Amino acid sequence: MAQDHSHPHPHQPDLEETPLTHYQAMTEAVGQLLIEKGVISGEELRAVLEQIDSKSPAAGARMVARAWMDDDFKARMLADVNKAAEEMGIDAGTIPIRAVENTEAVHNVIVCTLCSCYPRNLIGLPPDWYKARSYRSRTVREPRVVLTEFGTTIPDAVEVRVHDSTADLRYMVLPARPAGSEGLDEAALADLVTRDCMIGVTLPKTPDL
Amino acid sequence: MLRRHHDMGGLDAGPVDPFGPGAEHDYAPWEKKVDAILRLVSDQKRQIMTVDELRRGIEELGPGVYDELSYYERWIASVTNILIEKGVIEIEELGRRMAEITDAWPAGGVAEAEPKTAGDLS
Repeated sequence: MAQDHSHPHPHQPDLEETPLTHYQAMTEAVGQLLIEKGVISGEELRAVLEQIDSKSPAAGARMVARAWMDDDFKARMLADVNKAAEEMGIDAGTIPIRAVENTEAVHNVIVCTLCSCYPRNLIGLPPDWYKARSYRSRTVREPRVVLTEFGTTIPDAVEVRVHDSTADLRYMVLPARPAGSEGLDEAALADLVTRDCMIGVTLPKTPDL
Repeated sequence: MLRRHHDMGGLDAGPVDPFGPGAEHDYAPWEKKVDAILRLVSDQKRQIMTVDELRRGIEELGPGVYDELSYYERWIASVTNILIEKGVIEIEELGRRMAEITDAWPAGGVAEAEPKTAGDLS
């Protein structure tokens, strides 16, 4: 059956052992038709897939560590994340990203109530819980309770600000530099910065002393 | 105020379980391909559709389908509808190609949908 079929399948052999779903077949068909019509090329598709795989929280973590080390950089990052990323050779994409800074008085958390907007160029593809009904519905209403579900308790004296992302403006949290990290270099600081603390549901790791 | 089904900010819902089953998964190759197709048809070079149109297409799936499909199933359903709407692909050729792909697939026919993750049940 597969032998007389002329379309190449860029699938891993182990995937071919399970039946295709309707929407997997639709994805494959749309991809093939767009390539055959010259709308996109196979090379472009491969390049974008590689780009998706290359995005991870490491880029955002590098920026946070630089901001902790360098107040001037932090000011530029708070003014324009995309431009500040460019300085570091990081492609933050064309959609504006705004950094919101955690301080002793304010804790920030990001959500997208309408869908799943997320600063993926700086922290990769979103986790499933970010796209889930419970997180999208409740974060704007009872953020402190949602944060406790992540094991994060924000003292009552600290204001919690929730930022609802859109297709045209995404947010990332600039966490507060943890106590005990004074002697660390930029790379060691970046290791303290997790995806979840840039979403605002947790705090950065504390250094092993 | 009347809300559409995707407009869920502030509503009641169960707890977030960031460590439970379905809270995270490694994206499958076909899911990344959906993402890549959307990025290409909406890029500066092509500008065939926008992310706002993607969302409009997802919202137009209606409450039943919206809750039934997984996250990237909603995306490819929306992208495909919009590409048909704009005359980029034809519904007949799409149907034929999907049948060819399914027939040629070593493990054959249409499978049950994959198990849902937390992100799908949104």
